[in-house]
Amino acid sequence: MKPSTERKREGSPWTGLWAVVGKEMADHLTSARMQILEALIVLTAGGTVYAAIQNLKTTIGQDRFIFLKLFTTAKDPLPAFVGFLGFLVPLIAIALAFDTINGEFNRRTMSRLLAQPIYRDALLLGKFLGGLFTQALVYAAIWLLIIGLGLIGLGVPPNGEEVIRMVWLLLATIVYGGIWQALAMIFSIKFRQPATAALSALAMWLFFLVFWDMLVGILAQVISPVRYGLPEEQIRFIQTGLALSRISPNTLYTEIIVALTQPAVRSLGLVLPSQWQGAILGTPLPWEQSVMLIWPHLTGLIAATLLLFAAAYVMFQRREVRA
Amino acid sequence: MSDAPVIETVGLTKKYGEFTAVKDLNLEVQAGEIFGLLGPNGSGKTTTILMLLGLTEPTRGVARVLGFDPTRQPLQVKARVGYLPDQVGFYDELTARENLIYTAKLNGLPRPEAHARIEEALERVGLQEVADKRVGTFSFGMRHRLGVADILIKRPQVIIMDEPTQGLDPQGAREFLHLIRGLKGEGITILLSSHLLHQVQEICDRVGLFHRGTLRLVGTVPELGRKVLGKAYRIRLQAQGDPEALAEALRAIPGVTEVRMPGAESYEVDAEEDLRPEAAEAVVRAGGRLMGLEVETQSLDVIYNRYFQEVEHEAIH
Ligand SMILES: Nc1ncnc2c1ncn2[C@@H]1O[C@H](COP(=O)(O)OP(=O)(O)OP(=O)(O)O)[C@@H](O)[C@H]1O
Ligand SMILES: [Mg+2]
Repeated sequence: MKPSTERKREGSPWTGLWAVVGKEMADHLTSARMQILEALIVLTAGGTVYAAIQNLKTTIGQDRFIFLKLFTTAKDPLPAFVGFLGFLVPLIAIALAFDTINGEFNRRTMSRLLAQPIYRDALLLGKFLGGLFTQALVYAAIWLLIIGLGLIGLGVPPNGEEVIRMVWLLLATIVYGGIWQALAMIFSIKFRQPATAALSALAMWLFFLVFWDMLVGILAQVISPVRYGLPEEQIRFIQTGLALSRISPNTLYTEIIVALTQPAVRSLGLVLPSQWQGAILGTPLPWEQSVMLIWPHLTGLIAATLLLFAAAYVMFQRREVRA
Repeated sequence: MSDAPVIETVGLTKKYGEFTAVKDLNLEVQAGEIFGLLGPNGSGKTTTILMLLGLTEPTRGVARVLGFDPTRQPLQVKARVGYLPDQVGFYDELTARENLIYTAKLNGLPRPEAHARIEEALERVGLQEVADKRVGTFSFGMRHRLGVADILIKRPQVIIMDEPTQGLDPQGAREFLHLIRGLKGEGITILLSSHLLHQVQEICDRVGLFHRGTLRLVGTVPELGRKVLGKAYRIRLQAQGDPEALAEALRAIPGVTEVRMPGAESYEVDAEEDLRPEAAEAVVRAGGRLMGLEVETQSLDVIYNRYFQEVEHEAIH
């Protein structure tokens, strides 16, 4: 018997992937935790959209994009639905993922699971996809609910342009959920206690939701100080601030929402007068151009999700079964 | 099947940092055997098992299970080997059957086949009545039986169990040992670790003694007895008559290595074989009255304790 010189593993790393995905989705969709969150998001959607309809009824026929306004119209004291999405989505994603891996260890199912003919790759990806598909399902249902309410409340169907923009918004929301899910998953590998993992993920969420914007102002002042009040200095200051704030997934997602729901928005950055050349102010962009506008945001979010997932993968591969 | 060992390791070593958990392990387990891994806590039994299943990577050395390399071909190994960990867990919110269905799916079994195997396994471990109850309501013993059902689902050629009888009541343990014998009868090779020596002695064909990561002794229980206790059989006699003459007569039997007199009218004979008939005859010939005669069974308990006493003794000096 010779030691094998070849280090390559045999068999597909994805054997058993769909079994894991199916199990995870079934778990999530029946769990009390998820049902509470679903109720919360349904109430939010119902409440904000109902309020928006009250506001929008007067403008039916004048507005080409009235369905998009269902998402963005706020009526005191309620903020718009998209305002809620920015923090509800991370909450749902974290709730789905904070005990993915440590939960298996704590239930002592991990060694039994890994003794089945599957690679750890399939287990980790299966768990991620199971959560992501669950999110996709929930958000798609919410979108349909909103459109349904709109059909009843406004009495007009959405036009093709609106439908496409809403689908893109749905995709972007799922991607945004994915990054938080990957982050929570890392904590579920890192920390043995699900409570620690959940709190760490929530701390990150709060950090980006509340503190990052404050920090950005300070950091930008340090990196690109405005000393003499020159216009170049101020432009540089604003651009630094913008770049920094885009490190936060929340900023990226908010900008995506703006570009998709407000077709008139032509740029997400600082716009200099020279760039206005040839643009007719106030005319809406076709959806393709709005999507071009958010393309870097989307790919950035996806790339960050992949990086986080890769980090989770490396940590999980190194983890002892008994640890 | 060929005569190649079902489990084979050469120089298998596992280090955790500086600490060597398993050192140069050379082990062979033949087809259809029940092999017991023994040794004090922390001597490397679980680590060995995990390496055989590809659940932890060896630092050095090779392992082959059914001819497959657990490091490079873990799927092949795990499709054929059932593993009962020392602590088995299930999804409490699912029923027994649902837990088994998940295992069947992970093993890629088609639905009708999975259904049939699950029914069979549940019946075999006596859980069919509670199959649709949530595992959260199960007692320790029921979970244990579900753990066994879980490995039976894949119709394994090899079963590896880590301290499988720990925590079972005497009745449960007996049933479990009966089940293991049944599995052996089907030609399944079984490797188990345990601290319950009389049970190991009862069911294992061969055992291996671990000490601080090294496999120190391997063999059948009588073989270990000869190695550790230095003799094969100890016969105890109670006889009335002239002590000198009786001792002399016993010593004269071919194959007897020593005769002691631990008390009045009692004799201890160390022999290379079971010489009870010869001893009885010798006593009668020498004019004694035989009152009692028994051969001390070679208990694994005695062997184990003696061995580790000696090892500790060596370590001190
Ligand atoms: N992940 C780890 N990191 C460091 N040391 C470890 C790790 N896992 C196990 N060990 C050490 O390896 C040694 C062997 O452990 P192992 O679990 O194989 O023993 P065992 O024979 O199964 O013991 P027991 O009878 O108590 O189950 C122990 O000293 C243990 O502390
Ligand atoms: Mg152990």
